[in-house]
Amino acid sequence: MRHLLSYVITRLVLAVPMVFILLTLVFVVLRVMPGDPVGAMLGGHAPQKVIDQKKEELGLNKPITVQYVEYLGQLLRLDLGESMIFKQKVSQPIVEKLPATIELTLAGLLVSLGIGVPLGAYAAQRRRTGRDYAARLYANIAYCIPVFWMGLMFQLIFGVWLGWFPIAGRTGARVDVSLFSRTGFYLFDTLRAGNIGAFVDVLWHLVLPAVTLGVVLSGIFVRLTRANMLDVLKSDYILAARARGIPERRVVYSHGLRNALIPVVTMLGLQFSLLLAGAILTESTFSWPGMGRLLLERIYLRDYPVIQGVIIVYTLFVSVVSLLVDLLYAAIDPRVKY
Amino acid sequence: MGNQQPPRRLLRFSPAAGIASLIRKYGGEWWILTAGALIIVFIVFMTAFPRVFTRYSPLDQEAGGQMTAPSRAHIMGTDNLSRDVWARVVYGAQTILGVALAAALMSALIGIPLGLLSGFAGGIFDRILSLVMDSVYSFPGLILAIAFAAMLGPGVINITLAVAVVYIPTYFRLVRGQTLSIKEEVYVEAARAIGARRPTILSRYVFPNVIATVVVIFSLNIADAIMTEAALSYIGLGLPAGIPDWGMDLSMGKKFLPSGMWWMITFPGLMIMLLALGFTMLGEGLAEVLNPRLLEK
Repeated sequence: MRHLLSYVITRLVLAVPMVFILLTLVFVVLRVMPGDPVGAMLGGHAPQKVIDQKKEELGLNKPITVQYVEYLGQLLRLDLGESMIFKQKVSQPIVEKLPATIELTLAGLLVSLGIGVPLGAYAAQRRRTGRDYAARLYANIAYCIPVFWMGLMFQLIFGVWLGWFPIAGRTGARVDVSLFSRTGFYLFDTLRAGNIGAFVDVLWHLVLPAVTLGVVLSGIFVRLTRANMLDVLKSDYILAARARGIPERRVVYSHGLRNALIPVVTMLGLQFSLLLAGAILTESTFSWPGMGRLLLERIYLRDYPVIQGVIIVYTLFVSVVSLLVDLLYAAIDPRVKY
Repeated sequence: MGNQQPPRRLLRFSPAAGIASLIRKYGGEWWILTAGALIIVFIVFMTAFPRVFTRYSPLDQEAGGQMTAPSRAHIMGTDNLSRDVWARVVYGAQTILGVALAAALMSALIGIPLGLLSGFAGGIFDRILSLVMDSVYSFPGLILAIAFAAMLGPGVINITLAVAVVYIPTYFRLVRGQTLSIKEEVYVEAARAIGARRPTILSRYVFPNVIATVVVIFSLNIADAIMTEAALSYIGLGLPAGIPDWGMDLSMGKKFLPSGMWWMITFPGLMIMLLALGFTMLGEGLAEVLNPRLLEK
């Protein structure tokens, strides 16, 4: 247990340079490029005096190095600063929107694993048959579908034509989640409040975005599972299992799949950043009030502190997930110890 | 990878013999390569000779009625500005293909030399550069591209730059890894023993053996670049109005989706998928031929 703890701490410390590098990159890019929050706020025709005054207020007149050092000092105190456009702390909109993004990405991940792993295992079992090729073709096509277009098509078919699912937002107009939302995770909150009607409504709104995200990502999991499964099926213990007369289905799905899943889990961390990118586009298509929409909104306003804050949170999110994946790895593979 | 492997002789097959051995060796597998290549050839042909495909201009606001459904005169219908959707699809191919190719090329031209140098030189330079590249790599690329595109403003060159930045680490990591293993090979040692200088070793011994894998990644990378370009213009960060672009057409069509104007969103999206699929299949087919182990994990 002591080892595990020190491993976790080491990993988290190692995430610091990553946050630092990305932050520096974004910080410099934001300030070097044309356009600033003052211009976005006041429009192009404000008198120079007003512009200068506003810039001084926001600290934008200082040299960029000074701004940078001050910002880092602020971060060391675990303070993300204040928005330059609205009178709010940077952490406020992030805390509001992050749960929506987490809910969407987790649901998307579940869908993609739910489609990808069984299909990949099935394709490997039927290697070089028509069904294998069909599964691989599916994987290729799914990977190449632009996630926002998939969302639009789902909206069109299941929302507009069939009318089965809502096409925007997290809840219907009649459900006021603010009544019982404390964590921001609507599924969890509605369930805890015991409001089944609201829970179903929230779940209903989640279906199309989650399936959109899930289908597009599932292609990768089909490929990963298939490739690993092919490796595993060649191993001696599979031969041994077959020799003992264990039914083929059990050999493949119980003996084989469990071992094939280990490398799939390790890849999960890397795929996660793809999932987050997909989530931004899905949020945009489905008017999902998450981090991606927040980022886009604030980019148009040149709200530097919020943009930087969102980037930091995304980076931490990626690091924490990859840490969790590594811990999970140890849990499913007893040979791995930390 | 073991140190005793002979150098790969991948670059030296002749096309005819190559295709023959391909069919012999991979049987059912070669269709991926062919299908991918066919899709690309078709779309490249479309970008080269758009007039063969449509008589309308993509900017002509009097091509037909406003938002008319597909018909004989307009096989994919018309959009909200009365422009012919098929014409926009045909001319839009030029934009997305040009941006994706240029972006992939740009990231390759920056990433490959950096990867070679970093892997070959080692030391503190290598460690710092790797750390930077790994950080960027593990971060969702689209977010970076969004940040860059937003700051650079709309424009063909700007969007190309924004897409290119994201994929530099892809080439860097691949080439660096390959360089690390190749520089331990016996033939590199032999070259050093006969007094070859470092630039010679890099360019004549290491680089040619790295490039085979790069070809595969390049093709797959174009597919990714296509989708990133489309995504950027879909969220309104891509190109100025006046340049026909699939992603932009999608975001425009999105507004009319609730009223069921399906043709405005169906066709541009389908084309993005088809083009990305072409390059993915080509890349996978090439991988089977050049280096079967590459894509398995």
